[in-house]
Amino acid sequence: MNIHEYQAAELLANYGIPVNAGIVVSDPSGASRAFERVAGAAGRVVLKAQVHSGGRGKAGGIKLAGSPHDAQAAAEQILGMDIRGHTVRKLLVAPAVEIGREYYLGIILDREKRGITLMASAEGGVDIEEVARNTPERIIKVTADPLLGLLDYQARSIAFSLGIEPPLVGGFTSIAKALYAAFVGSDATLAEINPLVLTKDDRWLALDSKMSLDDSALPRHKDFERLRDLDEENATELRAKANGISFVKLDGNIGCVVNGAGLAMATMDAVKLYGGEPANFLDVGGGASVEQVTLALELVLADPGVRAILFNIFGGITRCDIVAKGIIEARKRVDVGVPMVIRLVGTNQDEGRRILGDAGLSSFETMRDAARAAVEAARG
Amino acid sequence: MQPAPPSRQQGAESRKPTIVSILVGRDTRLLVQGITGREATFHTGQMIEYGTPVVSGVTPGRGGSSVHGVPVFNTVADAVAETGANVSIIFVPAPFAPDAILEAVDSGIPLVICISENIPALDMVKVRAHVAARASRLIGPNCPGLITPGEAKIGIMPGYIHQRGRVGLVSRSGTLTYEVVWALTQAGLGQTTAVGIGGDPIIGTSFIDVLAMFEDDPETEGIVMIGEIGGSEEEKAAAFIREHVSKPVAGFIAGQTAPPGKRMGHAGAIISGGTGAAADKIAALRAAGVEVADSPAGVADILKARLN
Repeated sequence: MNIHEYQAAELLANYGIPVNAGIVVSDPSGASRAFERVAGAAGRVVLKAQVHSGGRGKAGGIKLAGSPHDAQAAAEQILGMDIRGHTVRKLLVAPAVEIGREYYLGIILDREKRGITLMASAEGGVDIEEVARNTPERIIKVTADPLLGLLDYQARSIAFSLGIEPPLVGGFTSIAKALYAAFVGSDATLAEINPLVLTKDDRWLALDSKMSLDDSALPRHKDFERLRDLDEENATELRAKANGISFVKLDGNIGCVVNGAGLAMATMDAVKLYGGEPANFLDVGGGASVEQVTLALELVLADPGVRAILFNIFGGITRCDIVAKGIIEARKRVDVGVPMVIRLVGTNQDEGRRILGDAGLSSFETMRDAARAAVEAARG
Repeated sequence: MQPAPPSRQQGAESRKPTIVSILVGRDTRLLVQGITGREATFHTGQMIEYGTPVVSGVTPGRGGSSVHGVPVFNTVADAVAETGANVSIIFVPAPFAPDAILEAVDSGIPLVICISENIPALDMVKVRAHVAARASRLIGPNCPGLITPGEAKIGIMPGYIHQRGRVGLVSRSGTLTYEVVWALTQAGLGQTTAVGIGGDPIIGTSFIDVLAMFEDDPETEGIVMIGEIGGSEEEKAAAFIREHVSKPVAGFIAGQTAPPGKRMGHAGAIISGGTGAAADKIAALRAAGVEVADSPAGVADILKARLN
């Protein structure tokens, strides 16, 4: 699950990281009022679009303002803006900061190392993936022993590698350790501060924060549900998830209903291979019961662009005759309205196909033939 | 059962027991952790029916009872002491699965297979670090298990689609593996062992570990590797194949049409930060001499041509 910058900052602040606290507003007049409260002595604020997307600065989603009037005008421009497909509905208004130096500090779940890796760079404030691509030597990496945690000497070594002066090293290491604690304590898969700044008066400040949380760990962080922004998530995907179905919306017109995640991806690929475009990824889960198949059909048909539905079911433990009955029953409950192409193979396949045939539904033996038929059907 | 001696040094965990037909087979004495749960009870029945020697089960607090005639113990240590269990399969729900893995490993079980899905990644990072320092091998989590056709089925796959033969198969997926096995069997290509290594980002046994075992296994003549988007294990496997695998390898990578940044069912199936795309994996495998099929069934055609 992704969360907003201001939410990540709140989480990090709870672990003792100094963040540039501000006020979240959702309308221009709110931005004007927020200016009065946060501008402080410097008399300037920064307004930042809160969307689950990078590239906010380049898109014009971050602006400075020197008066309540300017803040309101800037908010009018940013609110409602589209940033990489995300509509801006909220703004963070925070004090503008006199930046001395900028660093990058991030922690990831490191699949390569099968561990927790800290990354830091003196190239702060820019797209770190770009730094990783072009000048990987400017990124310092340290992998922590998950049973011991991030050790002091590891945090210190990062600080010295970044060229941080000895009097400032202690401040840096305490932020690195706090970030590690926040990462582990929140079951994050990513926690980054970019930039982590040293202000002109030598104070450390997390100017921008980003966190992604492990979906599998959400059951033990009940309080994180409040961080979910329904505007940022696909309603159909959420409905699927609540019912044990994995669903991802895509741009094509051939709806896919498959059992198993790997097979579901392979099915999308087959559709594409034979000249079609998949409308979705859908893993109906193990059982493929009448209820699950019914819901799967509803989820797929929630997209009005769908022109055909391709079922690809491998009956392993689940018998094909049961799946066939499920499909027929589900079709009675849902107004399908588009051609259904079914590929059913595995345990009791002959019986399953006979049941489908009796109901006037054709079925295929191979994935290739079914994918081709679905592409054909979608062309109508 | 004695853990097999290490026969090569290239694999990341080569000192650990190998698991191909030489290990899972006639000496296997299987323990089912979480045996009284609904899924576990069902699959225990299926495994027994297939001929797998299931010797004991564990559910804390249910010691003294039995499932399909299999005695249930409160602890893994008791099950090992009483029944000589040497392989464990774990069906425990995600919140308790890491503890179950550690209990099996600390009880000295050399091969632990974890079926459970949705274990938090950071739990697995810790578990894996603990397991890595011990002699046990972990397969999974979030995997279908493994099968040596005609000898032992330790997992949730449908047994009858398999046939004993000369192809070794390793995969991150479940039903996609069945699909490929089915195609192999129909093409007259039986399997030595089919291993599901799991769809999570942090898993106990890698492609490389299993590829090394297949390369060393005299029965295995050809290898199938089924990968998918996410991470870079397929790229690492490609580098390993280029250097250390002499047997023909056919591959398939799922998720060519998957968009970046979206989790495709499996926790590990996500393209992020520019890594994990199917095209990169396919290119790496092809560069290493692996023939990559454009459909799951296509791997059977490739191997049939290469082995005959």
